[in-house]
Amino acid sequence: MAEFKKVCQVSDLIDNAGIPALLGNTPIALFYVKGQVYALDNFDPIGQASVMSRGIVGSIKGQLVVASPLYKEHYDLVTGQCVENPEVKLAVFAVEVRGAAGEEAVWVAQP
Amino acid sequence: MKIKLIVVGNGMVGHAFLERLVKSSGFHDFDITVFGEESRVAYDRVHLSSYFSGKTAEDLSLVPVGFYAEHGIDIRLNQKVVAIDKHAKTVTTQAGLVMDYDLLVLATGSYPFVPPIPGNDREACLVYRTIEDLEAMKDAAQTSKIGVVIGGGLLGLEAAKALVDLGLESHVVEFAPRLMPVQLDEGGAAVLKRKIQQLGVGVHTSKATKVIEDGEQSRHRLVFADGESLETDFVLFSAGIRPRDELADLAGLVKGPRGGIVINDQCLTSDPHIYAIGECALHDGMIYGLVAPGYAMAQAVVDQLNHKPAQFVGADMSTKLKLMGVDVASIGDPHGTDEDAKSYIYENGPKEIYKKLVVSADGKKLLGAVLVGDTEDYGNLLQLKLNDMALPEHPEQLILPSFSGEKVGFGPDALPLTAQLCSCYDVSKQDLISALDEGATCLADIKACTQACTGCGGCTQLVTSVMNFELEKRGVAVSKAICEHFPYTRQELYHLVRVNGYQTFDELLAAHGEGDGCDICKPAVASILGSVWNAYAFDKKNIPLQDTNDRYLGNMQKDGTYSVIPRVPGGEITPDKLILLGEVAKDYQLYTKINGGQRIVLFGAQLSDLPTIWSRLIDGGFESGQAYAKALRTVKSCVGSTWCRYGIDDSVQLAIDLENRYKGVRSPHKMKMGVSGCTRECAEAQAKDVGVIATENGWNLFVCGNGGMKPRHADLFAVGLDRETLFKYIDRFIMFYIQTADRLHRTSTWLENLEGGLEYVRQVVIEDSLGIAEQLEQQMQALVDSYACDWKRAVDDPEKTKLFYNFVNADLRDPNQVYVRERGQLRPATAQERLESIELDVV
Ligand code: SRM
Ligand SMILES: Cc1cc2nc3c(=O)[nH]c(=O)nc-3n(C[C@H](O)[C@H](O)[C@H](O)COP(=O)(O)OP(=O)(O)OC[C@H]3O[C@@H](n4cnc5c(N)ncnc54)[C@H](O)[C@@H]3O)c2cc1C
Ligand code: SF4
Ligand code: FES
Repeated sequence: MAEFKKVCQVSDLIDNAGIPALLGNTPIALFYVKGQVYALDNFDPIGQASVMSRGIVGSIKGQLVVASPLYKEHYDLVTGQCVENPEVKLAVFAVEVRGAAGEEAVWVAQP
Repeated sequence: MKIKLIVVGNGMVGHAFLERLVKSSGFHDFDITVFGEESRVAYDRVHLSSYFSGKTAEDLSLVPVGFYAEHGIDIRLNQKVVAIDKHAKTVTTQAGLVMDYDLLVLATGSYPFVPPIPGNDREACLVYRTIEDLEAMKDAAQTSKIGVVIGGGLLGLEAAKALVDLGLESHVVEFAPRLMPVQLDEGGAAVLKRKIQQLGVGVHTSKATKVIEDGEQSRHRLVFADGESLETDFVLFSAGIRPRDELADLAGLVKGPRGGIVINDQCLTSDPHIYAIGECALHDGMIYGLVAPGYAMAQAVVDQLNHKPAQFVGADMSTKLKLMGVDVASIGDPHGTDEDAKSYIYENGPKEIYKKLVVSADGKKLLGAVLVGDTEDYGNLLQLKLNDMALPEHPEQLILPSFSGEKVGFGPDALPLTAQLCSCYDVSKQDLISALDEGATCLADIKACTQACTGCGGCTQLVTSVMNFELEKRGVAVSKAICEHFPYTRQELYHLVRVNGYQTFDELLAAHGEGDGCDICKPAVASILGSVWNAYAFDKKNIPLQDTNDRYLGNMQKDGTYSVIPRVPGGEITPDKLILLGEVAKDYQLYTKINGGQRIVLFGAQLSDLPTIWSRLIDGGFESGQAYAKALRTVKSCVGSTWCRYGIDDSVQLAIDLENRYKGVRSPHKMKMGVSGCTRECAEAQAKDVGVIATENGWNLFVCGNGGMKPRHADLFAVGLDRETLFKYIDRFIMFYIQTADRLHRTSTWLENLEGGLEYVRQVVIEDSLGIAEQLEQQMQALVDSYACDWKRAVDDPEKTKLFYNFVNADLRDPNQVYVRERGQLRPATAQERLESIELDVV
């Protein structure tokens, strides 16, 4: 059973963009798109740096993706799958929003 | 054993022959030696006159550096061939070298004919064929006020343009009763004459020059057969060409009665081992004074050397050109020499447009045409003629303006695959389609793949329309659309934003797009919002649109840290500012470098440190250098008249003023400028989007230069400007670029894709042909007035500084960033160094 940890407030998130956070010792990226929060590994496996949270969010044929800010590969926000390279995938983490209205916090599952 | 092939002459056609041979499969069968009489490898004579508007001898070269060496071709310059022994199969050079051949190709070209007028060898009586001639013209112009061209044909008018560019009062003297007697009829020539006179060039037709003698006010006086005379300092002969066929005499090859080495359809001379191509060759009684037929001959010989049947069966002499800004075209037989031929003429007096069609007796086929003042129909008409296509029922509709009914033309689809689109490089519709098959998607690709449009440029419109049509046919909806979210070009989005007043990406997407946007359209729209409204990149609603560099107002490095580049206008910096940069760099352990843009960059800043670094810099008088933005980067300058003994004007002051005026203006791609204090050009202004060079007569303005992956020399745009005009032109130029360029097109790429090219930009910016100059200036002024330093705004607003953190929930550094000390500074560790876990400096 994955253990959820509180990472930040929903008000810290930026609409349609990502922010960086630490989950235990792992840098993760939190994206906030259309009211939904997505958590992915922040480390760009191709560019080899912790930068995914700074990528641009968008869609390719309806599929929500984030583009690596280094070399512009796209990753599926839901599955972490790299669109350009089937062998590359980012770890994704389950997210829950908990708390009273106005005080909602982002909880992420630690594997 | 390889076949010994000798080529005599390294001019346009000689080189084209080698270029085509190198690409052919049989190339390796030959051992090739080339003799050239000139001191340099082949260059572009067609564009010789651009030498006077800023091009250099290197720009004109047709031979990529190292091309001959790379292909093992032995090229010997400065070596004239003086004899051929066709029995021994040897050539002899002026220096006495004898070399034997199996096959010989003569490509010796022609020389300018100088009429036997007494006095034709006086001082400053010159011809116009080689780069050396250009240099002599430049020298002669320095001591001249008035220049006369003898000969009013195509080359003569081109030469008159050169004299105008050299700053002379210019005249053209023509023996025949009209200009361009070969290509134009009377009506067309009359319109051309009026237009050229309006440009301040004297035109004197029906004038036979009898003698050139001492003048009273000027160096010379031309005395004409009718007793009139004309004073001038400088005479340029352009009275036709004569083939260079001296070698044929010595070798005993058959020549034409009026010169020219006779060749057959295989381009063979009367000796089966000797070919002749280009302007030295006489085919079916014709010497072709244009490059395209020469190229066709070169191709015919290459094909035969590759054992393919090939023939040269004559060539079309249609031409379209711009003479001193006047559009002129001639197709087929414009004189209607065929007795039964019928003609249609359209003349628009006020607009000075003249068009004539010559059609066959049955009205079905086009025989010839003349177009002066408006050559838009050229492509259409030429294709009708070349492909022998049937004319529409009312042929006159082909030349009537479109408001007088539907314009009849034919879609690019009607052209057969064999139709030649570009005659300079013999590019057919099929060639274009093959290039598209290989992945070309825009005109720049087509140019690179096929060389189409890179000669005289006359085919650009046609090539573009066929390309667009073919792309559309492939469902590549001529992907003018920027991405899947907007069915618009960047230019169209720009107009939508400006006209409808959209302030945000979401408004624009809701009204004109679909889906969620992406990393293509979002930054493009962010940049447009910046260009139109000076929208602040760091506004919360704009942040999701920005590339990471714009989002954090710094360039992200490979390890996720950022660079800090403050603006140093004109490269001028005080010692105190240098000390401050040093202190900041030391305190934050930043790697420090003088960068290629004449300023100082600090690398390796943590995201979380950016606001404090910048507030210290701003307190010390710095502002953002916008090195992260698609905007003005630097204005490089030399030291100029303040210190330099050659400086003509204050390049530093101008660079600072330019930088301060245009800083922060968002554009389709980054822009760079340079200012040099004299023609020694220490600031490399001619490699910049906007370059300015001081001269005795004022500032010379250059545009559309580029370093980077595809270097491009800037084009001379205007000369002798005062400050006010200079800024006015630059305002208009930049705004026009911003409005019309595609995303991520530098000014150079923009220009190369722009229909009408430099001349069109000149018309819009200098002559205000679209009537938008004032508007462009106002739009620029609005941007200048609303400028604010990105970083000052960020550090002054706690809501914004709050956004610079490494982790939203921990005040820690990124554990992935590991450093090594090298040459006294820190740099990111390589993957290997991380693995070997050698001693690391962790910050
Ligand atoms: C720092 C610097 C190199 C240096 O250490 O000297 C540099 C660094 C980068 N250049 Fe550059 N260029 C630098 C001067 C140049 C110059 C020289 C100049 O400006 O005189 C050129 C050639 C001139 C030109 O642009 O016409 C140059 C041509 C490029 C190009 C190719 C542009 C092109 O049109 O082909 C790129 C790629 C691009 O922009 O798409 C590029 C892109 C980059 C990027 C942004 C690549 C990237 O995305 O990381 C580098 C950012 C580093 C950083 O953190 O700032 N850089 N770059 C120079 C910064 C100058 C400044 O203060 O603004
Ligand atoms: C100002 C100007 C503008 C022009 N504009 C146009 C235009 O708009 N459109 C167009 O189609 N054409 C134009 N032309 C014509 C075009 O330049 C020629 O058709 C083309 O250069 C012919 O190529 P070629 O190789 O036959 O001759 P060239 O280019 O003259 O080359 C011949 C070379 O052979 C060398 N040579 C001669 N004899 C010997 C020898 N014995 N040994 C060694 N080397 C020798 C010569 O020095 C020369 O370098 C223009 C020409 C000029 C001068
Ligand atoms: S040349 Fe390449 S490596 Fe060097 S700074 Fe420019 S972009 Fe970076
Ligand atoms: S026809 Fe001259 S460049 Fe294409």
